[in-house]
Amino acid sequence: MRKEGRAISGLLRPQAGPVPRTPRTALSAVFWDGCREGELRYQYFPASGQAQFSPAPRERSSLATEFEWRVSSGRGEVYSWSVVHRPPAPVFETPYVVAIVTLEEGFRMLSNIVGCRVADVEVGLAVEVRFHRVDEDLTLPYFAPVGSAD
Amino acid sequence: MTGPPFPRVAIAAAANSRQARRLEGHTSASVAVDAALLALAAAGLEVDEVDGVFGDDCGEVVYRLGLPAVTTSALDNVGISAVVEAAAAVQAGMCRVAVVASGGAGTYLDRDSTAPWTRPENEWVLPFGLYTAAEFALIARRHMHLYGTKPEQLATVAAVIRNNGHANPEAVYFARGPYTVADVLESRMVADPFHLLDCAMTSEGGCAVVLTTLDRARDRVARPVQVLGVGMDRIGPVYRYPPAWDLTGGRVGDESNGVIGRRAARQSFAMAGLRPADADVCELYDPFSFEIIRQFEAFGFCGPGEGGDFVSDGRIGPGGEVPTTTDGGLMSFSHAGRAQMLQRVARAVHQVQGVCASNQVPGAEVALCSNGGAGALFTDVMLVGAST
Repeated sequence: MRKEGRAISGLLRPQAGPVPRTPRTALSAVFWDGCREGELRYQYFPASGQAQFSPAPRERSSLATEFEWRVSSGRGEVYSWSVVHRPPAPVFETPYVVAIVTLEEGFRMLSNIVGCRVADVEVGLAVEVRFHRVDEDLTLPYFAPVGSAD
Repeated sequence: MTGPPFPRVAIAAAANSRQARRLEGHTSASVAVDAALLALAAAGLEVDEVDGVFGDDCGEVVYRLGLPAVTTSALDNVGISAVVEAAAAVQAGMCRVAVVASGGAGTYLDRDSTAPWTRPENEWVLPFGLYTAAEFALIARRHMHLYGTKPEQLATVAAVIRNNGHANPEAVYFARGPYTVADVLESRMVADPFHLLDCAMTSEGGCAVVLTTLDRARDRVARPVQVLGVGMDRIGPVYRYPPAWDLTGGRVGDESNGVIGRRAARQSFAMAGLRPADADVCELYDPFSFEIIRQFEAFGFCGPGEGGDFVSDGRIGPGGEVPTTTDGGLMSFSHAGRAQMLQRVARAVHQVQGVCASNQVPGAEVALCSNGGAGALFTDVMLVGAST
């Protein structure tokens, strides 16, 4: 049986090793470039007033195509979460927490929670973005409880 | 009642090839072919009579069966959706004997990783270690938050279904139990709130369902089965976007992802002129324990948030009000990539034909089966019953 690399009672940290990734699109590159520069970018569609993530040429409810890139405050709350003990591939060190985070601007994204213990994670937990540089090509937006130390 | 969708069509037979953790030397196509031959034999039909082949690898199955040009599926069609496609083709006169076949073998070899069909390859979820168990866990966790659903209720589902497999000589995990709720809760955690025994296992094997005209089926088999109703709900692609409970299409009046399958079930029951209470058995798709609780709510067997209580008190076990996933399902019977979707239909057909080797529901007339789940943004529903 696999052994977990981290203690369940320990502080949740970013993945130490490389993580899998896929090729980018012209739209997604804007988001990932933002992460590298410390900005959580999202699409804002003036016609509908909707924020959208993940980026796409049209907004889902209005089907509008006119948008601008905005920078999120990075603050939000945990919508749902799970502690993963059996990862999809050995490259992930466990346990880690996957969560759907609702940002203040109204869009949602999937991420990992860091900077607290597993027992501290709950629905509604106030979190803020923490950028984690994996390598020169990839910086991941993780989330941590507001005000927690890195 | 809007009437059955395919009145001229019958399901003549269904069959599974041997299921096992590994079937050395087999491929997904070879086990699908094995299952097709078994189903044709059970239907009293010859290979030469087949003029339609449906399912996710239908081209290869056609080739391996040595058939001439036949009617086939859209790319990658599986499970309930492929049965619908085949039934529509027979109803429309595009073919007279349709085999729906699916199999999985030889694809899961790197056991350090989870099965390949459980791993998304999308840039918004891949770097964060998301995969099927965690996707469905995000759904379950939200329901627990909203309604107070308990891990013990999830474990109750897992114990019931695993015990069904324990009693089924054809199940991969035959005689591996019995299991108690405590056994499930004490198994190691995979993706909280799911323990190992809350999750589907992985295995290999094939499944096939044979459809033909109602007239021909009556000549060949003792108990032809008909599709009484069907519905298919999808809100997005599988494993690409975060599976939020309240994800909608963004327009007013949309049902949320948390109750996906509600529209499909309503449509199915309306076609059949039946209500949930009329289902004698539910062969529900069980990738994870919580999904059963969610489906009972979405399909109208109980109200929102009542699913945890609904699955308790023996209601879903053998002899209960709604015997559920009676062959052991994905948790214990088999989970061979994609064939398990068709196996839900096959088990429903076997229940109505009265031929189950274990947990046959006496006198079953109406069986409900399902595919999918809220973690995958789709849920399909089919009602089958004895032909009249």
